Amino acid sequence: MAARKAASKPNVSAEELKGYYRDMLLIRRFEEKAGQLYGMGLIGGFCHLYIGQEAVVVGLEAAAEEGDKRITSYRDHGHMLACGMDPNGVMAELTGRDGGYSKGKGGSMHMFSKEKHFYGGHGIVAAQVPLGAGLAFADKYLENDRVTFTYFGDGAANQGQVYESYNMAELWDLPVVFVIENNQYAMGTSTKRSTKSPSYWERGAAYGIPGEEVDGMDVLAVKAAGQKAVAHCRAGKGPYILEIKTYRYRGHSMSDPAKYRTREEVQKMRDERDPIEAVRSMLLTGKHATEEDLKAIDKEIKEIVNASAEFAKESPEPHLDELWTDIYAETAPQNA
Amino acid sequence: MATEILMPALSPTMEEGTLAKWLVKEGDTVSSGDIMAEIETDKATMEFEAVDEGIVGKILIAEGTEGVKVNTPIAVLIEEGESVDDIETSSAPAPAALSDEEGKAASPATASTPETPPAAPKVDNSPDWPEGTAMKEQTVREALRDAMAEEMRADDTVFLMGEEVAEYQGAYKVSQGLLDEFGAKRVIDTPITEHGFAGIGVGAAFGGLRPIVEFMTFNFAMQAIDQIINSAAKTLYMSGGQMGAPMVFRGPNGAAARVGAQHSQDYAAWYMQVPGLKVVMPYSASDAKGLMKTAIRDPNPVIFLENEILYGRTFNVPDMDDFTVPFGKARIWREGDDVTIVSFGIGMQYALEAADKLAEDGINAEVIDLRTLRPMDTGTIINSVMKTNRCVTVEEGWPQGSVGNYISSVLMQQAFDYLDAPVINCTGKDVPMPYAANLEKHALITTAEVIEAVKQVTYR
Repeated sequence: MAARKAASKPNVSAEELKGYYRDMLLIRRFEEKAGQLYGMGLIGGFCHLYIGQEAVVVGLEAAAEEGDKRITSYRDHGHMLACGMDPNGVMAELTGRDGGYSKGKGGSMHMFSKEKHFYGGHGIVAAQVPLGAGLAFADKYLENDRVTFTYFGDGAANQGQVYESYNMAELWDLPVVFVIENNQYAMGTSTKRSTKSPSYWERGAAYGIPGEEVDGMDVLAVKAAGQKAVAHCRAGKGPYILEIKTYRYRGHSMSDPAKYRTREEVQKMRDERDPIEAVRSMLLTGKHATEEDLKAIDKEIKEIVNASAEFAKESPEPHLDELWTDIYAETAPQNA
Repeated sequence: MATEILMPALSPTMEEGTLAKWLVKEGDTVSSGDIMAEIETDKATMEFEAVDEGIVGKILIAEGTEGVKVNTPIAVLIEEGESVDDIETSSAPAPAALSDEEGKAASPATASTPETPPAAPKVDNSPDWPEGTAMKEQTVREALRDAMAEEMRADDTVFLMGEEVAEYQGAYKVSQGLLDEFGAKRVIDTPITEHGFAGIGVGAAFGGLRPIVEFMTFNFAMQAIDQIINSAAKTLYMSGGQMGAPMVFRGPNGAAARVGAQHSQDYAAWYMQVPGLKVVMPYSASDAKGLMKTAIRDPNPVIFLENEILYGRTFNVPDMDDFTVPFGKARIWREGDDVTIVSFGIGMQYALEAADKLAEDGINAEVIDLRTLRPMDTGTIINSVMKTNRCVTVEEGWPQGSVGNYISSVLMQQAFDYLDAPVINCTGKDVPMPYAANLEKHALITTAEVIEAVKQVTYR
């Protein structure tokens, strides 16, 4: 893969690399904790974990600038943590508590942070794609030089509104990076069973949008590709497509037994391609960090995640009056 | 520190399950991600992974045990150097509290059943413009265009997008001249992709703009209804008030003439059902103008239902610098004591014609134009029914789940003691719109049907 080559020329300092290790580990440990709280009945409904895909959001956030926007589907916890949202607020939203980002009214799939330019958290597969193009439309209209990362999966990539968005984004030169997180399974349907043209990035060619495939288990490759895409958008050349090949270790949601793939397949990815282990070994073999340094990071992350779980358990349920607020803008002041 | 491993909930509905198989035994070392057990839920057999590192100190529930309640301790994980004997197993912690102690939240939407007839609701019946205001004649089409142009002049973030809105000057010429005045940046022709451009419009609203999204007709908006409802209407709530979609979805709605089933549906009752949306359906040109200006300024998503047949009708419009009509304020077109006729949009045409003819028979109808369906000025309807004791509703849409059905229910709950006759809902017929001229005429509501309904409720 072309992107692997980019990784062989590290576009990164030791401190940055340690930062990516930390950010990816935060997502993984957070998600493990979320899975645990789900098992305890503290998190309800649907809960889609990001474990295995951490390098995608951490790599792309490394390519983003302040004020850039991001929007994604319902597998959204990683995106929120990577863009700097508070783990306490995210976990408390998962438990449906007042301290959550949406005061407990959104849940795992519907979370937002205007402050961090995170526009959701959307529960309808691919609906976020035109929304993301619309955010980019606003930025272009306001001439503010910002870029929107619009994430969607290989499942969403077969929805018609994606191609409607491609067409208009290129027609109007919208500064949007379409990020296809190809984890190879749309719920239980593998890409092989859902399309005969599995190179999703190539589909942009029909609309004149450049794109490329990226190794999503390599955070540096993702970052390099992200920088290229962002530069294209910021130069006013319109949208760019990144198809990031990744893998989720867990089922589609908490209630998915994942019988559509073998345990060996999952184990092989974990053993050979884990994005966090890759950075860990890069740090150690390159002598950029010692075992002690990494242990300290592990400890820090564990404390953050445990604190978020405590916060999410202790934060009160929303007051019943909240049932009736935020339906219309004038009934409650906008936080923005 | 020893930690208890609890029976996990592995689906949204699981309360208990079968511990089908242990894949570890006491003394095994496990690390995060290792499969520890297989658990049968109400949906499937799931693998249960370890979250923490440690040694399996003790297995508390044997494999094959059925009906293990969620959160029951099933094993104990210890750290190196610890002994199982150190463990004090606790009883299962209470599951996440689902409190009900605060009692039921009072619903602002439902009134309690009154023991005595309620007092007349307070309503705003003030005139829409000051007495003595100069008037000019305008079509509904011109009034809508002027409203958009005035708001676009006042606010740079307002823009219009849709099919044929710019160079073609609007499929129904509603946007005539706007491209010339505001340029291609703010008056934007889209490809024929309702789902996509409605979503782009909502995203642009999230991003700080005030889009006006035109649908060539609301029939085509069905391709975009997911974006209108799931994205535009619900996001403010789902984000805890952080972001919403201040925008207008507008276009002709309902039957035109001889365009058949797929181009002739009235969506008033559909959109009126959705919390988070505001729904406007004007009849006159002055209301079209005043309500459109209010809609563009409103911080919420507004559905603005126009009508192709009304576009060319001429009405008096107040000649004012900044004329607006508030949402949630009905207009009484004609006062009367014998019966209340409630309508909106093109239904007003039948309501007013019927009232004229009824007057010749000595029946004085009070005719109310709702103008906005959400919020709905039910107070004005109730006050009128307290006077007339009879009500007929008129709309073009289908009968089942109609706007009239909702009004009937409001009257039953809030003005039951004032009703001297059942409320009659005059609606379009319960059929897809036929093409044949004679059939189409029968499918639509007619003035004669409104007159007949009034005669029924007034027992004449």
